[in-house]
Amino acid sequence: MAQRLTPQTSGRREGTSPVLGSPESRRRALRARRLRRGGMALTLVAPAALTYFLFVVRPIAQTVQYSFYDWDGVTPSTWVGLANYVALFHDPELSGSIVNAFELIIFFSFVPVILGLFTANTIRGFATSRLAVVARTVLFLPQIIPLVAAGIMWSWQMSTNGLVNQVFRLIGLDGIARAWLGDFDTALPAVGVIGAWVLFGLCMLLLLAGMTKIDPGLYEAARIDGAGPLREFVSITLPSLRQEVVVCVTVTVIAALASFDIVYISTQGGPGNSTLVPGLEIYYLAFFQREVGQASALAVALMALVLAVVLPLQWLNREGDS
Amino acid sequence: MLVGALAVLTACSSPGSTPDETSSNPTTEPTVAEGAPSCGTDPVTLKAYFETGFPMAGDLTEEFTKQFPNVTFDTREDQFAVLTQNAPRVLADDPPDLMRLPQMSELATDGLLLNLDSYAEAFGWDQWPASQLEQMRVDDAGRRGDGPLYAMGLNFSMTGVFYNKELAAQIGMTEAPATLAELDGYLQAAKDAGLTPVAQFNGGATGGFAFPLQALMASYGDPAEISAWIYQQPGATIDTPSNLKAAEHLQSWVTSGYFAEDVNSLDYAMMMSRFIGGESVFIFDGDWESGNLDTQMPGNVGFFLMPPVDEGGSFGAMSAPLTYGISANAANPDCAAFFLDWVATNEQARTIAVQIGGSHPMGPADAFMPDVDPNTVTAQTLVAGAAIGEQNGAMDFIANATGSIYAKGWTPNLQKLMAGEQDPAGLLAAVQAEYETEIGG
Repeated sequence: MAQRLTPQTSGRREGTSPVLGSPESRRRALRARRLRRGGMALTLVAPAALTYFLFVVRPIAQTVQYSFYDWDGVTPSTWVGLANYVALFHDPELSGSIVNAFELIIFFSFVPVILGLFTANTIRGFATSRLAVVARTVLFLPQIIPLVAAGIMWSWQMSTNGLVNQVFRLIGLDGIARAWLGDFDTALPAVGVIGAWVLFGLCMLLLLAGMTKIDPGLYEAARIDGAGPLREFVSITLPSLRQEVVVCVTVTVIAALASFDIVYISTQGGPGNSTLVPGLEIYYLAFFQREVGQASALAVALMALVLAVVLPLQWLNREGDS
Repeated sequence: MLVGALAVLTACSSPGSTPDETSSNPTTEPTVAEGAPSCGTDPVTLKAYFETGFPMAGDLTEEFTKQFPNVTFDTREDQFAVLTQNAPRVLADDPPDLMRLPQMSELATDGLLLNLDSYAEAFGWDQWPASQLEQMRVDDAGRRGDGPLYAMGLNFSMTGVFYNKELAAQIGMTEAPATLAELDGYLQAAKDAGLTPVAQFNGGATGGFAFPLQALMASYGDPAEISAWIYQQPGATIDTPSNLKAAEHLQSWVTSGYFAEDVNSLDYAMMMSRFIGGESVFIFDGDWESGNLDTQMPGNVGFFLMPPVDEGGSFGAMSAPLTYGISANAANPDCAAFFLDWVATNEQARTIAVQIGGSHPMGPADAFMPDVDPNTVTAQTLVAGAAIGEQNGAMDFIANATGSIYAKGWTPNLQKLMAGEQDPAGLLAAVQAEYETEIGG
């Protein structure tokens, strides 16, 4: 049997081979190969996609769902529709926390980006020396320190007898010395300074990396035309760094609006809610007041707010490319 | 499409509805076998969830295992803030036999805690002074003060004024002030001597000014009225004329500069380190620190209750049991209840409650009390506790009136009072408004 079968099959192979050359069969073969490749690609993507789905998409979806319920986290919940969202607009404490978050943008975004630009530009000046490596490393260090550690460290530095006040007293500014994090007027800026210190290194490094891409010929040409360092910076460096600046601003604005760690460690929202931010408010609502629904609604609103601020920045970036 | 996707993702069931609803029936009362419940003779492992940093509970479990070798403890510890966050989830999903409880009215009405009434009857807890258990009774509406018993204390603590004896001698204070005016005089004397009169914690999320404020309220008014407010009795208000006088008195201390300038940045630990370091003459705190202070500053700490307005007048103190509960789904409720009874009645256990915990043990008024060196601050707090008992001046903490009245009402407004951004009338009105939103909603 086997012997009789073998020629038959080979015969069939021979029978199909002549058709291989036709365009239709080639297309079919291509599709099969693509399908096979597609299957392979899917298999490779699946673990990441599944993880993303389980730990990012699903929690977000659940948060959206919870926001329509009155729920304490344990016992059965009741559907309340949009009531949690309506409440967001009636609570002055909630709106106050959002104002605080926008104030933090000044410290978390503007200060690090502007300082980062000038520092990076300075470092670029001596880019080849070993000093540049040291400067880069030292300035980037705050970024690798856990935010909680940074918060604890700075709350010591800013306490009544901390380093900050010691320095002020040393230079005769005793009048300025105060408990920076416990004063209604200075608590929010003080928290902002911690954030600026942490984010400065990241911005500086990103901008410095961007600067290495700039064609040195441009600078040379400018110098031949008689441009000074300031002119070089404004006309060449800054325009070439547009993308990096947008990335820096995006990352730091998100850090400001969604801030939690630094505030939680250094002031816990005090004194008198003067440093309360939405992230902290969500945490208090969910875990202390046990209003999971209200907390979820604020979380969804915060996400929308962050997107509303950050998306236009991205469009700005894309327009610049085209 | 997004909504559809969301619906698929969350499988459309409302949060909080679990398939086995039957397991957490709110009013299950354990059926107590004939005779009082006990731990029996078979090996038992009690699952315990305690607060980090307070060795008393651990010491009690050790002593218990020594006396009842068949019982061992599987103990997990967390900070109080973590306990507060996790309490409902832990009680529901990973039910401990014994757990240190945060504010418990919601836990009780949610059916997460075991109703202890039958144990109270079996062990005779209902024969003890009623005020000891009052704060742990919760009715159907979640109001405390009345209803079934849902927790038990390991001891009960009390607050007042601690002072550094050496520094007090410097300002001519040889005995505790008998009136508020005398206390004011000593505070002024401390300030005049260049000392910091009070470095009270009031920073971050911890409005420690609530300690002196509530004590002043009891000096100016009736502690029973404040308790009614804390227990959410209908029509109760914190915004009363006598409480206003108390808040004004507190404000006068602020404007006179009796508090350290940076109190709005001080947390509890910083207050303790300053007091122990001799940087504060007085602090308003509780007797849970008595044992600690006796070790850290032996013989150098005195204690008195906030004095009355006039000599012989009314006074009060915050006094609360160190609450421990049994999960409604606990595996060994009988043994856990037996442990709680043992803590209040066993001589060895009562000694631990006093010497390690620094506070008065629970139990009958005439029960055994260990000998305490009269020179210690522990001895003074125990005496003060007896005085409060005679006065009927014990109140729960005003911060415990609702789940978040401390975070949302007291703390921010007391910090504003310190910074001069809130006046006494505004403080009480703001707290009352927050209170009404919370219990109304």
